[in-house]
Amino acid sequence: MNISKLTTDPAQNASRPAERISGAEAVIRCLLREEVTTIFGYPGGAIMPVYDALHGYLDRLNHVLVCHEQGAVHAAQGYARVSNGVGVCLATSGPGATNLITGIADAMLDSTALVCITGQVGSGLLGTDAFQEIDMIGISMPVTKWNYQVTRAEEIPFALARAFYIARTGRPGPVLIDITKDAQFAEFDFAYAPCTRIRSYLPYPQLDPARVDEAAALIASAKKPMMLVGQGVILSDAQEELISFAEKSGIPMACTLLGLSAVPADHPLYVGYLGMHGNYGPNVKTNECDLLIAVGMRFDDRVTGDLSRYAKQAKVIHIEIDPAEIDKNVKADVPLISDAKAALTALSAKVHAGAYPDWLAEFHACDAIEEEKVTRKDLAPDTPLVKMAEVIHLLSEITEGSAVVVSDVGQHQMAVSRYYAFRAKRHNVTSGGLGTMGFALPAAMGASLGQSKLPSVAVIGDGGFQMTIQELGTICRYNLDVKIMVLNNSFLGMVRQWQQLFFEKRYSFTEMQNPDFGLIAQGYGIPFLRVAQRSDLAATMHDFISRKGPVLLEVVVEKEENVFPMVATGASVSEIRLE
Amino acid sequence: MNTETLMNTEPQYTLSVLTEDRAGLLNNITLIFSRRKINLSSLNVSSTEVPGISRFTIVAECTRDRADKVCAQIRKLVDVAGAFVYEDHEIYYQEIALYKIPTDAVLNGQNLENIVRNNGARILCVEAHHIVIEKTGHKEETHALYEILEPFGLLEFVRSGRVAVSKSLRRTEAYIKELEESNSNVLSIKNY
Ligand SMILES: Cc1ncc(C[n+]2csc(CCOP(=O)(O)OP(=O)(O)O)c2C)c(N)n1
Repeated sequence: MNISKLTTDPAQNASRPAERISGAEAVIRCLLREEVTTIFGYPGGAIMPVYDALHGYLDRLNHVLVCHEQGAVHAAQGYARVSNGVGVCLATSGPGATNLITGIADAMLDSTALVCITGQVGSGLLGTDAFQEIDMIGISMPVTKWNYQVTRAEEIPFALARAFYIARTGRPGPVLIDITKDAQFAEFDFAYAPCTRIRSYLPYPQLDPARVDEAAALIASAKKPMMLVGQGVILSDAQEELISFAEKSGIPMACTLLGLSAVPADHPLYVGYLGMHGNYGPNVKTNECDLLIAVGMRFDDRVTGDLSRYAKQAKVIHIEIDPAEIDKNVKADVPLISDAKAALTALSAKVHAGAYPDWLAEFHACDAIEEEKVTRKDLAPDTPLVKMAEVIHLLSEITEGSAVVVSDVGQHQMAVSRYYAFRAKRHNVTSGGLGTMGFALPAAMGASLGQSKLPSVAVIGDGGFQMTIQELGTICRYNLDVKIMVLNNSFLGMVRQWQQLFFEKRYSFTEMQNPDFGLIAQGYGIPFLRVAQRSDLAATMHDFISRKGPVLLEVVVEKEENVFPMVATGASVSEIRLE
Repeated sequence: MNTETLMNTEPQYTLSVLTEDRAGLLNNITLIFSRRKINLSSLNVSSTEVPGISRFTIVAECTRDRADKVCAQIRKLVDVAGAFVYEDHEIYYQEIALYKIPTDAVLNGQNLENIVRNNGARILCVEAHHIVIEKTGHKEETHALYEILEPFGLLEFVRSGRVAVSKSLRRTEAYIKELEESNSNVLSIKNY
């Protein structure tokens, strides 16, 4: 690509005379121009010039030193998810860079805006198997929205301007910029102009008004419509538009895992959580409705179950910004290729006021069944040890549904999704598409820095906790306000559940031998609380939530409880099991 | 791979992809096929009449449904300006094949001139040791000539990837211009 054509037009920057600075300093200056305030990273040989330049900007840029690069990228994700901004992380070449990959892949699947900057060996060494040289462009290609290798300092403003533009526009995603060491050292005349347009990338599709009319007509004739709300609503900041559309049209709303918190859980039109461990009503009714309106969701297999038996009776309106998602899994009768906010606004204007009391009552009838078969047993169990559901329900009540809850992956994640009554947008942070154990602890660090008002509560299993446990070091170093709750069942619970249900209880390598978490907390200087009895739960939970600064709470929960409802793999959503 | 395996029976679609001229993009595009384990029977990259814009012509063996889905995912790449799926009847397409045969095999009484003429091929060069024949055509045609020349003892055979132009009225330059002036990506997702 011919950079000279694409770099900033000097004329546009006439007011800011070019300055001669190093590529490394230019990286920092670009970040400041993009209004970045916090970055997460870890130094090493090939990124040392950038770290050296950073040293002169510590009054303007907050750098969080993590304990492992995976921690940096998950923290950046947590930061981006709560702030709706771009998460930034910095790592060295080779192992530093490859340690980012899991988080980048996670951000790719969950549409999280990230700019990851990696150092690279000198350009003269590229391709020679030099020390800590790895083909980061090649490795990250399938898991980034865009990536670019910088080999000359002059390319840095161009590359970073594009990186931020691409990461945050359209369907957001991770971008990786790999910068050779010589490009960091070299000096050039710095000038920066943000990227506002790329001709081959036009991120905001224009809503087709004819399609809006078709959608409105489908809605007008529907008797049993329902909405499936995904993270697209949160990413386009369309919560208000969604609620006003729902309230005008009277259409019930269900949320996907990442859509949770887009709709307040106590909204009268909210009918619950969709998917494999979702609520009974919205899953069963998916196969009984006559119109599905999918908003900013992508019909993931964890939502649809067996596709060949998914909502075959229903017409489908699919509101989606990414054209490649249309018809990918579920055929749309009316695709509205658009940002969710624009589509919901346009659709609201076209629909008639409506209400579906009988249809809504069908959901409530399902709720009653779920209440009797699942929820009551979960919340008022006769087990000796507490159940995860009780703990999360209590957390929800004490925090009044307004904490930022960052959940890891496993049974406890499903307990959060089912029992935390989210009240406000961007309060639910979890790894959905990739299902990355070890996500929650570092993501909660990012979440606590991405918004300072609310406590960030990390809910983690004893397995996942030990995947990124080293980030306790970061939490301690910066005294981050992260409330860590480990639900300890001494099992890799979710896998054990599958072994019980589908592998005749052969518990192959799922039983844990855990360390003394209290001693670990002590080692990091983090206050520690532990609950092993139901009678202590409420008081300790209050203590946990009211503390300032980091605190680790271990709750010893039932060892072999199962998460229900459940749509087994290969089953249809209407075959959801309650026990 | 012998040429028999090239004569596949899977349906074939030709994808025409207009891109920014950027190193690494080839990888980006082929990854989208390989992750779905779709076999490419040919791939050609060339410049276009618009400076800075390249064209990938890809022949994929898969169902129409998969071709369309892959095409949408290719379109989504930041440096891709447009991507289109065609069936054979919607395009003009050609491949070129080169056949190297020993000169003495031909001297042994065979009428090479006739073979070349009857097959619409041409002789590219005649050397003391070998003769190179060139033929442009569809795969069946270059394969037919392959079968005729095989008895001569082929020294080398090679066939290029398919190149194609659509029968649509699209002009690449006008398309890129429209993109440059457009505010949305409706254009790039419309199939011409
Ligand atoms: C990095 C990673 N490795 C493996 C898995 C597979 N996996 C999914 S859930 C789970 C068990 C999680 O156990 P734990 O963290 O103790 O949580 P629990 O299910 O007991 O609540 C495993 C191993 C995964 N999702 N991510």
